[in-house]
Amino acid sequence: MILSVQDVVKSYGDYLAVNHVSIDVTKGSVFGMLGPNGAGKTSLIRMITTITAPDSGAIFLDGQKLHSRSPEQIGYMPEERGLYKKMKVGEQLLYLGQLKGLSKAQALHEIDHWFTKFDIKDWWNKKVEDLSKGMQQKIQFIATVLHKPKLLILDEPFTGLDPINTNLIKEVIGELNATGTSIIFSTHRMEQVEEMCDHIVLINKGKNVLYGEVQAIKNQYKQNLFRVETQGEVPAGLPEHFSVVKTEKNALTFKLDDEGQSNDLIKLYIQKGARITRFEEILPTFNEIFIQRVAETGE
Amino acid sequence: MSKLSLIIQREYLTRVRKKSFIIGTLLAPVGLLVYMLVIIGLSSYQGSDEIKVAVIDEATMVNPLSDGKGVRFIPAGTKTLEQLKAEVTAKQLDGVLRIPPLGNFQQKDHTIFYYSDEKLAPEKSSQITEKIAEKIKAFKMDSLHLSEAQLKLLDSEVSIDPEGINSNQEDDQSKYTAGVGLAVGMVMTFLLFFMVMMYGQMVMKSVMEEKTSRIVEVMMSSVRPFDLMMGKIIGAGLVGLTQVVAWVVLSGSVALIVPLVMGIDAAHLQPSIAASGEAAMDPDFMQDNGMRIMAELSKQNWPLLIGSFIIYFLGGYFIYSSMFAAIGSAMGDDMGEGQSLTLPATIPLILAFYIVSMAGWRNPDSGLMVFASIFPLFSPIVMPFRLAFNPPWWQVALSITVVIASAVFFVWLAGRIYRVGILMYGKKVTMKEMWKWTFYKG
Repeated sequence: MILSVQDVVKSYGDYLAVNHVSIDVTKGSVFGMLGPNGAGKTSLIRMITTITAPDSGAIFLDGQKLHSRSPEQIGYMPEERGLYKKMKVGEQLLYLGQLKGLSKAQALHEIDHWFTKFDIKDWWNKKVEDLSKGMQQKIQFIATVLHKPKLLILDEPFTGLDPINTNLIKEVIGELNATGTSIIFSTHRMEQVEEMCDHIVLINKGKNVLYGEVQAIKNQYKQNLFRVETQGEVPAGLPEHFSVVKTEKNALTFKLDDEGQSNDLIKLYIQKGARITRFEEILPTFNEIFIQRVAETGE
Repeated sequence: MSKLSLIIQREYLTRVRKKSFIIGTLLAPVGLLVYMLVIIGLSSYQGSDEIKVAVIDEATMVNPLSDGKGVRFIPAGTKTLEQLKAEVTAKQLDGVLRIPPLGNFQQKDHTIFYYSDEKLAPEKSSQITEKIAEKIKAFKMDSLHLSEAQLKLLDSEVSIDPEGINSNQEDDQSKYTAGVGLAVGMVMTFLLFFMVMMYGQMVMKSVMEEKTSRIVEVMMSSVRPFDLMMGKIIGAGLVGLTQVVAWVVLSGSVALIVPLVMGIDAAHLQPSIAASGEAAMDPDFMQDNGMRIMAELSKQNWPLLIGSFIIYFLGGYFIYSSMFAAIGSAMGDDMGEGQSLTLPATIPLILAFYIVSMAGWRNPDSGLMVFASIFPLFSPIVMPFRLAFNPPWWQVALSITVVIASAVFFVWLAGRIYRVGILMYGKKVTMKEMWKWTFYKG
């Protein structure tokens, strides 16, 4: 486990922000922390990054209870991005890198590496306030990963990014993950990260409402929906055998009693002489799962 | 390098490299230079054109009058007032002065008349009245058969020389002790007040900037909030010390160089002072005075004064800048909305300054001053002032102990508020709330 959160509670005055949450993040995985705004994600991250301490419970990073040098193994990009606006890009990265425990030489080496990678070699002397939003995001990202953290925590990483930078950052995150960096995405835009994550936790009102492997959760919540697209008109008489939940011009979506019926469905299509161009199981999105789960728990 | 020293370094360097700092540091002595030049220029400024004034001396008391600065006196001779008035109208003269006879010798006030349609400038007016008054004095002395020397004998100067009874410091005191102590004390007070106020608010502004630019959350994930706050306070404090040292050095050199370059020295300045009305001062007396003030200055316990200046600067600075840091952390994005929060920090500071400037100079050892020089919110401003007057040593010791203990306490308290406030957004914060934060865990 790269990260183990054990029964953590955090309150601010009378407000209970995190209510007995436990999570394990396996080494090298991409973990999604999902939930609406104000669910307690940022409160939880602040405890993981040692910005605040839990009222009760414990957090372990790579097997060790969090201590004063733990932040050097974590890279955290907060939702609210921020840099020293009047500082030069190079000096700023050097400063932030050194604060993460890098020596000056190491920091300079890493900055050079990232400047080359992002093709921004001439940015050293630019002031942050003179950069565009997108450029600032790149610098912010470099600042987050400069010290080669074992665990990367990205809070709403793609908000405010243009499509080109979104792709670039996604690509780089993929590369980092491939070299062993564990990654936690925190977002309320669940559709943005579900395709990238292998495990997720859903948090609502400070509580862990759903937690597990992405495929397992999707299978658990799937409703045996299958969508069949055909060339030309949809053949008649199908609804007599299977219940249709959605009708489109060239496609029908069926709700089957159990997933084993899917082959029967295809057989029927073939019997009717229709030409199938697309056949897919409709899995629920995390948005839908979240809504369903919240309804179930009555929260 | 430790994280704290990295933070101090950044806080220091970014400020010292700022244009506004460099300009401010260089410009203050230049401002002093300009000020000195203006003063010199003004004091040697010769009023406007000379005016011609006819003098009708009805009792032959004052004629002949020697010409003064910008005024030329012309005896009326046989011309009548009406004739002279006509000459004024014809612009041959600027005005006519008529001096009626004195009623009797006891008369103190004497009114003379000036005929003109032009207003008489105040400078010229005082020139004329002084000249006439001198002449009348001479006239009176002459009539009473008194000599200048006899008259001088009548004047006495009285001074108090403080003598101790149980202490053995009687030789240390003179009539200059109080005045010089006052001046030294006021300079210390003013410097301390100014620096604590200015650099305390600089810390507050910088905390707010980090909060509003959202860099603080990135920072918090690398360093402890207390380190960030302390780094800022120490960094800005060092900037303050740098500035003061730079000012002292630069002003010192300006004050030394300007008179040399301008070829002006104190002796040169004297005639214009003397001419401006005061009885002419004896240069020997001036020299003597200067020597005694210098002697009095050298009698001050400078190691104690400078040492305590540093202690009280650090004490006061840490107390107030940590208060300002806590306030800055609690403020939202809107500077105006949180303005009332700064009052708890600015009011005691201003009050301390008022206590010194209103009550301190009248009696540096009054009950109020003793209290204020020990109460930690006032003492950094008040005690350095009292130090110039040799307060009892136990009061100094108590005051220093209290100020150091309070500095530690305030820094601790501010750290508790800061770590909560700095991550709190979109909420209007009250004093009561800030107090509650100090009890938050972790």
